[in-house]
Amino acid sequence: MSFFGKLTLESIPYHEPIIMVTLAVVGVIGLIIAALITKHQKWGVLWHDWLTSVDHKRLGIMYILLALVMLIRGFSDAIMMRTQQALATNGAAGYLPPEHYDQIFTAHGVIMIIFMAMPFMIGLMNLILPLQIGARDVAFPFLNNLSFWLTTSGAVLINISLGLGEFAKTGWVAYPPLSELAYSPGVGVDYYIWALQISGIGTTLTGVNFIATVLKMRAPGMKLMQMPIFTWTCTWANILIVASFPILTAVLGLLTLDRYLDFHFFTNDGGGNAMMYINLFWAWGHPEVYILILPAFGIFSEVISTFTSKRLFGYSSMVWASGAISILGFIVWLHHFFTMGSSANVNAFFGVMTMVIAVPTGVKLFNWLFTIYRGRLRITVPVLWTLGFMVTFTIGGMTGVLLAVPGADYVLHNSLFLIAHFHNTILGGAVFGYMAGFAFWFPKAMGFHLNERLGKASFWCWQVGFYVAFMPLYVLGFLGMTRRINHTDNPAWNFWIYFAAVGAFIILAGIILQFVQLYVSFRDREQNLDTTGDPWNGHTLEWSTSSPPQFYNFAKLPHVSDIDAFTDMKEKGQAYQREQTYQPIHMPKNTASGILIAACITAVGFAAIWHIWWLAIVGFAGAFVLFLVRAYDNDVDYYVQPDDVTRIENAHLDNVTANLTNVVRG
Amino acid sequence: MSHAHSSHEAGDFAASIKSYVVGFVLSVVLTAIPFLSVMTHQFDHATTIWVVVITAIVQIVVHLKYFLHLDFSKEGRINTFSFLFTALIIVMVVGLSVWIIYAANELMM
Repeated sequence: MSFFGKLTLESIPYHEPIIMVTLAVVGVIGLIIAALITKHQKWGVLWHDWLTSVDHKRLGIMYILLALVMLIRGFSDAIMMRTQQALATNGAAGYLPPEHYDQIFTAHGVIMIIFMAMPFMIGLMNLILPLQIGARDVAFPFLNNLSFWLTTSGAVLINISLGLGEFAKTGWVAYPPLSELAYSPGVGVDYYIWALQISGIGTTLTGVNFIATVLKMRAPGMKLMQMPIFTWTCTWANILIVASFPILTAVLGLLTLDRYLDFHFFTNDGGGNAMMYINLFWAWGHPEVYILILPAFGIFSEVISTFTSKRLFGYSSMVWASGAISILGFIVWLHHFFTMGSSANVNAFFGVMTMVIAVPTGVKLFNWLFTIYRGRLRITVPVLWTLGFMVTFTIGGMTGVLLAVPGADYVLHNSLFLIAHFHNTILGGAVFGYMAGFAFWFPKAMGFHLNERLGKASFWCWQVGFYVAFMPLYVLGFLGMTRRINHTDNPAWNFWIYFAAVGAFIILAGIILQFVQLYVSFRDREQNLDTTGDPWNGHTLEWSTSSPPQFYNFAKLPHVSDIDAFTDMKEKGQAYQREQTYQPIHMPKNTASGILIAACITAVGFAAIWHIWWLAIVGFAGAFVLFLVRAYDNDVDYYVQPDDVTRIENAHLDNVTANLTNVVRG
Repeated sequence: MSHAHSSHEAGDFAASIKSYVVGFVLSVVLTAIPFLSVMTHQFDHATTIWVVVITAIVQIVVHLKYFLHLDFSKEGRINTFSFLFTALIIVMVVGLSVWIIYAANELMM
């Protein structure tokens, strides 16, 4: 074996013009960004204030940036698939050869679930959850930083696969025996394994961290049943993370042993059973979709109750419905493989359980409707996303119950009907939720408002584009078209395939409008500052801080005696109180350990993919030594002095007073 | 450290010693019963197996209560619920997986 393992110059796909042009564009954009940072002398700021930060708010913003970057990559894959299918009708070959097309649909799935939806959800949770429970940070701030960089490490590996070697051609589930060495001898599946494994460990650590945070760091007086609903749904999602991600870690570990050390867990020979992989993968995979959707449900609840200026209808039923979904979410996974051929009783049990899980979800929908009932709903961008969700997700839920009938599933399994169904729920449910949360909390995180007109235009493009792109897929599913087809030769399908491609371009317009919205809002930020920290007349504690929040969140920990803690304070006249004196605030110091350890782990992953064993050893040793150095480092915290706190608090409160008086005069 | 505080700690210490001793004695008894029943062939085969299984389950509960201090007090509740939730998930995931794969294998025969 050579010094660089399997890695040679031939690993770079020169002969693929699409990839080479993409890499050139990415390279140019990277150079422009680097040049801008150098020109404005921001490298120090970037390193000291952001990359090494343990502040949950900054980590939240970095998670969301990661999600937006990966959204561009994942959506590029999506639109390439749609255009390929539209061009490759009537037996034409299209422009993507099968081995490239197969990598694209695999990368689309992995990126959208693991590197777009997950970081977006975890980013919003990082940003808001500690503020909602009146905490100054999470329980383990350094671990939070490390989790972020491990997630990023996975994203880096998956992006390297674009220009070095190949990505898996197995579909995002990587079922054996196709993903075994005998049928996938290249590095594609290894990229898949290590990217998911490393980011999965980061996610598990995040789950542990946030469970500890809500159990131990709630503001004085806040009972568990007084936590804001978004915090509650995130908590259920974290419980699911901690319970389900170890299954993914284990199943990927077993596949690794098969591929690297000639084990036979899932092979056709040697006593292996590929069905066990499918079973374990979905024992993680199904809770995973509830990990994505539950926080989105929390966001919709916050948005609806805030913009109707009412208390959320049925708070405790919402909490318990989330709990019921979390537990039922663990006993429905077989519906992903009814056709595997287990017994009729097994299929019946999981079919019934799948239908049952629609009940607590329905409870939530009625809670939102009853919250809107007789309220004055202000139609803002977050509300539009919420209303769009309520319609779209209901359709997705109903097609899900159709698929839960094992007999119907035998007809529809792996057809485009299924693809339409899960995009209906994940895009129309989870992603719409994150978009609502993004628009809702943007002023809190950044200190200025998003442009409302562009936000609404973007929403309508997404909403219309979604229906144009995915409703035809239901029809195509009934017409018998299966997923992952490279080219077709069936005149009955053509019209619907073209129809769906148009939808993808309408969604593209929505995404472009969102980036235009970000640019325009940033350009006009001086006119749209959020000076009070409470732009929507919010209910919960995050709105009691300035926008962006003080780095220590709360100068004095609030005392909580109501679910809508900040509304309660405003009604009692206890909001915006000036203190005579402040106590020193204990804060964690920023640290480079997280990014450096993750860099070493990235090297380990890269080395394992290419069989460069010396690099794997160096990377692992580096990570271990850095971990030890961090573990024995006692210089990890400091105190913010009362003088500084007084200065920052007075500046904020002066701002609030000035602007609240303006409002009264106006 | 105040006097009241230290005496409180001493009380905790005595209570925890007591809890470990009770747990230890119960564990010894619960180990001796199945051990003797196997060694002396006191019962028939099926009964012996039931004795071993039941004393093992009781011993798990003893360990949880006296060594891991799981209880339903205000402070201990969260640990107990975490344990019960984990046990539930493991039983469901492992149990249902066994059922799924076993039923699939049956049909393959």
